[in-house]
Amino acid sequence: MKKRSIIPILYILFLMLPIYWLVAMSFKTTQEILGGFSLFPQTWTLASYRTIFTDPTWYWGYINSIAYVSINTVISVTVALPAAYAFSRYRFLGDKQLFFWLLTNRMAPAAVFALPFFQLYSAVGLFDTYWAVALAHCLFNIPLAVWILEGFMGGVPKELDETAFVDGYSFPRFFATVFLPTIKAGVGVAAFFCFMFSWVELLLAKTLTAVYAKPIAATMTKTASSAGYELGLLAAAGTLTIIPGAIVIWFVRNYIAKGFALGRV
Amino acid sequence: MRKVNQKGWFFVLPVLILVAFNALVPMMTVVNYSVQETFGDNVFFWQGLDWFQQILRSERFHAALGRQFLFTAMILAIEVPLGVIIALSMPRKGFWVPVCLVTMALPMLIPWNVVGAMWNIFTLPDIGLLGYLMNHTLGIDYNMTQDPVAAWITVIVMDVWHWTSLVVLLCYAGLVSIPDAYYQAAKIDGASNWSVFRYIQLPKMKQVLTIAVLLRFMDSFNIYTEPFVLTGGGPGNSTTLLSIDLVKIALGQFDLGPAAAMSLIYFAITLFVSWLFYTLMTRNDAK
Repeated sequence: MKKRSIIPILYILFLMLPIYWLVAMSFKTTQEILGGFSLFPQTWTLASYRTIFTDPTWYWGYINSIAYVSINTVISVTVALPAAYAFSRYRFLGDKQLFFWLLTNRMAPAAVFALPFFQLYSAVGLFDTYWAVALAHCLFNIPLAVWILEGFMGGVPKELDETAFVDGYSFPRFFATVFLPTIKAGVGVAAFFCFMFSWVELLLAKTLTAVYAKPIAATMTKTASSAGYELGLLAAAGTLTIIPGAIVIWFVRNYIAKGFALGRV
Repeated sequence: MRKVNQKGWFFVLPVLILVAFNALVPMMTVVNYSVQETFGDNVFFWQGLDWFQQILRSERFHAALGRQFLFTAMILAIEVPLGVIIALSMPRKGFWVPVCLVTMALPMLIPWNVVGAMWNIFTLPDIGLLGYLMNHTLGIDYNMTQDPVAAWITVIVMDVWHWTSLVVLLCYAGLVSIPDAYYQAAKIDGASNWSVFRYIQLPKMKQVLTIAVLLRFMDSFNIYTEPFVLTGGGPGNSTTLLSIDLVKIALGQFDLGPAAAMSLIYFAITLFVSWLFYTLMTRNDAK
């Protein structure tokens, strides 16, 4: 048993090295970074973080990202819930084909859609708003949410529904007060994956925004190129993008592995 | 057995509308471009299937497609076995389980361009940790901005770093669903470690492995941001994967027609290979 645990330890070390380097660099001064190699910051500085928290173009990037990611997560999970229920409980005309079609939307290269998306959202007047990015990310998040939720709902016995209806529950009341609490782990996992994929996606988010809804990741690219090579600032901004994900994953850590295992393909 | 109930459509309607809005409208726009020529100012000329023929015959497309298949094959060949091995050697219960899961999931939660930027910083020849170690401590000449082999290795190591955890999490989920009784029975029968893996663990992981391979295939085949930020497709064109080439044509040269035709061919290939994987991997289930 002891000998075997060397593999996960080595793997985690490998995962942590680039992250360590990013975090270490964010505390270094620019002179130190460019001046040569040092394993630990020689002079600790919070200057990079101070810049980010005081400059509106920086901190608004975070607020924008969190705003559209939250809107997207709420929309995706809300509309996926009834759909997943239908896929797991009813048979209807074209259900299998519809399910497969939903999954194919993950396969379209985002690069393909960038330009048409820009035109579409400009045409409906949503360009450069949180809604544009939130709705665009629905393309790949809704299918994923439906897939995960359907897996969790499949694990709930049908007798639960039948008993509730015999007891005189209306459908909305049954769904909200009986069914939803039973699958709350599934809702958590689905919300986590929606959050994750919306948070890490950049190509569409960058294409659909200009000023008011610009995500943090896009702010980083622009700064990296315009202000020379400010590595410390870039590293600090990168470090801060890891934190929201880390917080969210801590809440769902016990369900995370289960979410995929229950899904059907 | 599920009940036949056409009311299901009513439940699916919101999903259908939202996804169709995002999928069909842009897709039709792409189809529209792919059969026309434009010189700007919204003036279009009918072009028929010329772009498709041009793309299918172009050496540039063949080269990018070849690089794309090579990349996807390599990362699948590394990530899938590695993920299975790590999942097998992870603890099943106790304090370390959530710690392992959370730290392993961390790379997947980093925005893709930050992943690229992070690896860029990590591999800088004189001031990056990896670059410094390779060049100064190990004495290996390593500079991925000039050496195509080094660039390839870096892009692949980055993807292994980024996505192996997905395979680990999925396989681990399959493994923890095996009841202890199976292992006890195997012990009584005196089964070797290999037999336990072959006849108990592997069959249980088969379903999640199918999902893992499919997801990894689709996502790696469409990869854009990370290699673009890391290498920009260079040196030369050596790491210009299909998506990078597509964006170069569409936005760099603004050749909308060829880019649209290429997108459709690209999408068709992804769809076909996914279907092939899916059919091959689930073929034995029906028996």
